[in-house]
Amino acid sequence: MKSWLLADSPSSRLQANLGQLYLLLRSFFRSPLAVIGLCIVCLLLLCAAFAPWLATQDPYQQALTQRLLPPSADHWFGTDHLGRDIWSRVIHGSRTTLLIIVMVAAIVGPLGLAIGIVAGYAGGWVDRVLMRITDIFLAFPRLVLALAFTAVLRPSVESAIIAIAVTSWPAYARLARAETLMYRSSDFIQAIELQGASPLRVLVGHITPLCLSSVIVRLTLDMAGVILIAAGLGFLGLGAPPPQAEWGAMIADGRNYLLDSWWVATIPGLAICIVSLGFNILGDGMRDVLDPKSR
Amino acid sequence: MRVTNWLKSQSLRAGIRTLCVQTSMFVLTIFGLLLVTFMIGRVVPVDPVLVIVGDRAPAEVYARVYAELGLDKPLYQQFLMYLYQVAQGDFGTSVLTSQNVAKDIAAFFPATIELAVTGTLVGVLLGVPLGVWSAVRKNSFLDQCVRVVALIGYSIPIFWLGLVGLLVFYAKLDWVAGVGRIDAAYEYIIERETGFVLLDAMLHGQWDIFRNFLSHLILPGALLGYMSMAYIIRMTRSFMLEQLGQEYVVTARVKGLSERRVVMHAFRNVLAQLITVIALSFAYLLEGAVLTETVFAWPGLGLYITNSLFAADMNAVLAGTTVIGASFVLLNAFSDALGTVFDPRTRSART
Repeated sequence: MKSWLLADSPSSRLQANLGQLYLLLRSFFRSPLAVIGLCIVCLLLLCAAFAPWLATQDPYQQALTQRLLPPSADHWFGTDHLGRDIWSRVIHGSRTTLLIIVMVAAIVGPLGLAIGIVAGYAGGWVDRVLMRITDIFLAFPRLVLALAFTAVLRPSVESAIIAIAVTSWPAYARLARAETLMYRSSDFIQAIELQGASPLRVLVGHITPLCLSSVIVRLTLDMAGVILIAAGLGFLGLGAPPPQAEWGAMIADGRNYLLDSWWVATIPGLAICIVSLGFNILGDGMRDVLDPKSR
Repeated sequence: MRVTNWLKSQSLRAGIRTLCVQTSMFVLTIFGLLLVTFMIGRVVPVDPVLVIVGDRAPAEVYARVYAELGLDKPLYQQFLMYLYQVAQGDFGTSVLTSQNVAKDIAAFFPATIELAVTGTLVGVLLGVPLGVWSAVRKNSFLDQCVRVVALIGYSIPIFWLGLVGLLVFYAKLDWVAGVGRIDAAYEYIIERETGFVLLDAMLHGQWDIFRNFLSHLILPGALLGYMSMAYIIRMTRSFMLEQLGQEYVVTARVKGLSERRVVMHAFRNVLAQLITVIALSFAYLLEGAVLTETVFAWPGLGLYITNSLFAADMNAVLAGTTVIGASFVLLNAFSDALGTVFDPRTRSART
């Protein structure tokens, strides 16, 4: 199996691709930190997928007789000011977090990539106009602008997603443009152009796959920041509306009870730390593997 | 001689061109910022006329105020009016404080600057040496520790860290003062002149206020400093690693220079990039202060924006956003310009 994967002259395209993949995975799994990051991200996925089964109680069930109970066998992380079980709310909160980061990644990645490769490949005034717009957005303060956006769009998870996406795409446009400029004048692109490939075909079929790895690494690293901004918006009351379990908003809930009931505010915060740490470590590890310069 | 003169004028011309490009870019960005805040202000579901006249005003009063605010004019004319007003420093009246918004901002901004300056100071004083050290001793135990500390700084939500800090250092240990900028008792004694408590207290010899302010400042300042330190460590380390891998470093080592001299050599070449990073980290702190100010009830621009947000006071929110945005853009442009001055390589570089 191993010798088939690492064959010097692979007999099919599939074999060559699998061989490359095997090499990448091998170097990825050699770094213990990257593996820890991957585990944390998988844990988040599992929590979100199996939330109803992992939660010990209904996350919205209020029990005013059981307010602010410390962690115990019944309530693993204690209860909040409305008697809701914090463990169950943290587990369900992972769904909100995951929704936000997946949606932001799904909007920002393709949008930034498209603008970047078009600007880089077209050059000339198209490039100048697109890059000026990108620079303008790049110079905006993210959190403050997201704050103003969510204020207009009424606080909800969707407006948090839109606000974060609007302020995050420029970095990807810059990145994709830089990569495109690197490949644009290379021989293999010119060969394809001489064969009569349309610009669309060159962009989608040949340049996009080359830019993809750096965009993915950047996305992974950025997800940590997205989680922090989303939690910040939630903390200010501009994220998910009240009953919904959201980590930032849960911290805000616990703020008034901080002195007597520390667990209400601190435990959702730990969840945020762990998940964003996971994305940071995973991103670092992926960059080490995918970026040939730092290898 | 002639050749050098020619070279000089060439580089001068290039310098002027870069300056022009950067200035026009700066103006364009500010214009874009104002356009975005204007659009936000127009689509907001708050009727600006109703805010002023109240919902029981007769129809003719409503129509008069509607015309006074210029809402009957086409959108581009309204935008030009907005630009004209902003250029004169007029952001309208705040509904919440019923004061001129520009006046409010002038009163709140110093507090934000106090936090950002403290944070940057802590970040630079700790971050730069640690970053350099960690690059010089790459992969040592110390390097790993520094990297973990930076990584955690990247991953922690600052408002949560602020709450935990208050819980531990204020409630449990009682080492620092709690929320606010100074104790309420001093609020009416302090002589206000510059708006910066530290300066005011020093100018008037109010040393008890000075001490009280410091004990309020130290926790939020240190936390913002940690954020900025994490960023600065990371950048310093990677810049230093890049320089230490260069051939001139090998040459210097081969020639028998002491390790200290070699590091100093490399560090000099990092300086230009580092200044850019520090200016940027200051800009990030200006915005990061929004959450910190909310946690610590620190009367700065961030707190002003969030409070106005919940009072649907759009004049104040937009003006605050514009001011923070403009400072951000200004610092960006400033750091670009500094980079050009200190690093000749970026002068002709066109990406």
